[in-house]
Amino acid sequence: MSGEIIKSLIVPPHPHPVLCPEKNEGWQKIRDAYDEARRQIEESDADLIIIYSTLWPSVIGHQIQADPNPEWVMVDADFHDLGSIHYSLKIDTDFAHAWNKANISRGLESRTVAYDGFPVDVGSVVALELLNPNNRIPAVICSTNVYSNRAETTVLAKSCLDVIKAQGKKAVAVSVMSLSNRMFTEPIEPHEDRIHSLKDDEWNQKILEFLSEGRLEDIGQLSRTIHDQIRVKKVVAFKPMWWLSAMNENRNDLTGKVLAYEAIHGAGAAVVVLDPQSNGTGDKEYDEDDVDFYGGDRNVLDSSEDEIESTPLNSGPALYDPVEGKTAVNTDKAPKPVGAYPHARKEGDLIYLSGVGPRQPGDNSIPGGPIKDKAGNPLNYDIKAQTRAVVDNIARILEEAGSSLDNVIDVTSFLVDMDRDFSGYNEVWAETLGKVGPTRTTLAIRALPTPIAVEMKVIVKV
Amino acid sequence: MAKGSIVAGCLAPHPPHLVYADNPEQNEPVSEGGWEQLRWGYERLRESLKDVDYDVIVVLSPHWQTYVGTHFIGVEKCSSKSVDPVFPNLFRFNYDLTIDVELARAIHDQAKSEGMSVKMMENPDFRVDYGTIVSCHMVRPEWDKPIVSISSNRSLSYYSVEVMQEMMMELGRSTAKAIEESGKKCVLLASNSLSHRHFVTETNPPEDMSKEHITSHAMHLGDMRMIDLMRSGKSQQIINEMPEFCDQAIAESDGGALTWLLSAMGVPSQPATLHGYGTIIGTGNAIMEWPCHTWGEQ
Repeated sequence: MSGEIIKSLIVPPHPHPVLCPEKNEGWQKIRDAYDEARRQIEESDADLIIIYSTLWPSVIGHQIQADPNPEWVMVDADFHDLGSIHYSLKIDTDFAHAWNKANISRGLESRTVAYDGFPVDVGSVVALELLNPNNRIPAVICSTNVYSNRAETTVLAKSCLDVIKAQGKKAVAVSVMSLSNRMFTEPIEPHEDRIHSLKDDEWNQKILEFLSEGRLEDIGQLSRTIHDQIRVKKVVAFKPMWWLSAMNENRNDLTGKVLAYEAIHGAGAAVVVLDPQSNGTGDKEYDEDDVDFYGGDRNVLDSSEDEIESTPLNSGPALYDPVEGKTAVNTDKAPKPVGAYPHARKEGDLIYLSGVGPRQPGDNSIPGGPIKDKAGNPLNYDIKAQTRAVVDNIARILEEAGSSLDNVIDVTSFLVDMDRDFSGYNEVWAETLGKVGPTRTTLAIRALPTPIAVEMKVIVKV
Repeated sequence: MAKGSIVAGCLAPHPPHLVYADNPEQNEPVSEGGWEQLRWGYERLRESLKDVDYDVIVVLSPHWQTYVGTHFIGVEKCSSKSVDPVFPNLFRFNYDLTIDVELARAIHDQAKSEGMSVKMMENPDFRVDYGTIVSCHMVRPEWDKPIVSISSNRSLSYYSVEVMQEMMMELGRSTAKAIEESGKKCVLLASNSLSHRHFVTETNPPEDMSKEHITSHAMHLGDMRMIDLMRSGKSQQIINEMPEFCDQAIAESDGGALTWLLSAMGVPSQPATLHGYGTIIGTGNAIMEWPCHTWGEQ
């Protein structure tokens, strides 16, 4: 099964294009653009719409809608005089629960919500009303955590991608957001609407220029600047571009098209379609930590010193700088060794890697969690996340050596709990190295030097 | 017609945990209690107001956030279910309440005449926010008084704490004037916490009090400073220090409710009574009462 993002959208959250597009030429253009985006979705083989709405803030981690049929009447807090929107949505609850589980396995605080009368936010209602009016495609909706930073938002997207791939979904990713979000603070007549200021307009135009060139990751990296320049500091920061970029693997070479850009009560409203097809011009310019597992401040409720002491992120033996040598291959992108040896050695046309585990470079954290705490008490952990991290670390070392996973010819894998972990390890293997086809030997061993469950010894052709 | 008056002003925080812990029949989730320090504080406030004669509760809640001016509910009968989008596991409250539309409109009109951006909310499908409901329920669980529901204009988001306060001072004066002209006796509720940094994880069960504490010492100091000022009648000092407090304690008074309340009461030099202080998922909450009915003619 191979799932993927087949289209990404940026759409505005205001109710005007639903309730009264005819009152303003620009609102009608936004409505028309929404209709065009809907047609494109209908003509695709999409089987899931994923909504990340900036208008559903959350405090306790990330919340994912899991009511199969949320139904109510939505009235906007500001624009209640425009009317009400009766919504009845179809949610992919299997996906919602799987995403929630994937979030937790990647270290995020996460939960599903399924309550009669839950107030689905105006942005999600507007987007689904216009993009998927007959609920032809099931949807999933995720909140925006008010405290989350880029690393956390990136991990949120990665766990979503985990599920898309595992379930073989053809997904449309939708960020519901304004560009500049400064509205007029007084009522205006529809014909008076315009972007609030020239400065906001200029920034919006720049954002759209980047997006039309498919440079989504550049916008992601500019998000903090954009937030400072043209965003009224409402509940959440300008996070949706972080999420959307991570959903597209932080690429800069998408194919983008701006279907409309207009003002809605002064805010910058745009409908943008981003196609994953490469436009052939962009480069990945990812200059921030590409985090796979969130190890942030999720233990604030247990913040006694003893409990912090037992937090196992950096547990294990002392770390060494990799040993240098004529044929040694070392990289900062791989975890530090736990002894005096290099990451790899290049001999002739072969590369021999030292045993590679899942620890992360930098913070030494273990995706999927460690297998035990400092006292030796066993912990629950995710073997799939650990195995994925091992493969990622191998890829980074091989990149430094001028090779790649495609050239791996032989692997010896070590598992500390064959009965528990073989299945999950084998599944990730099949999705990654299994597609390359190296020979493989899998051994059960009693322990590894760090609290990890899997390690691989790899031989590669240059 | 006798002049109307504000008979009491209260700081009445609205975390939904308080209603959840009280287990009223209107709320769907059921708890084993919790946050007693604050719920006992609300008990003392209710006791204090028990013999006070009043007609209407006027409440300003930061959970009806409006960016285009200040709004007032203008629908007399409101009944529906209010579900907190942040804590839906705790608060799913079936409400049936009455709005004093006449007074709401009077405050609206007065504020408009003073140049403020205001709007009546007349859509019958509108759902009342949980902040309004929690504060009103904890003060008057009988729901036998009509209320006036005022939105929180997020002028802070657009400008600064200083501008927000200027606007809320004006709204407070307009509120007081409209109440005086209405002939009604009113209890005013500023529905907000003090320091407002939440934990980002939740205990199981949520009412596990062994895990409840303020998020940081700095937040505690900020809360205590504000409580000291309220208890010593230094309202003007509160307003003066509000920008710093909002910044350092991420205070929910940034929504304007406390400033509006102090202004409506004429920035009183009389001390407020502290009925209770406690934390809720790390945020600081004080239940305060200014017993205006005991002050005599101002």
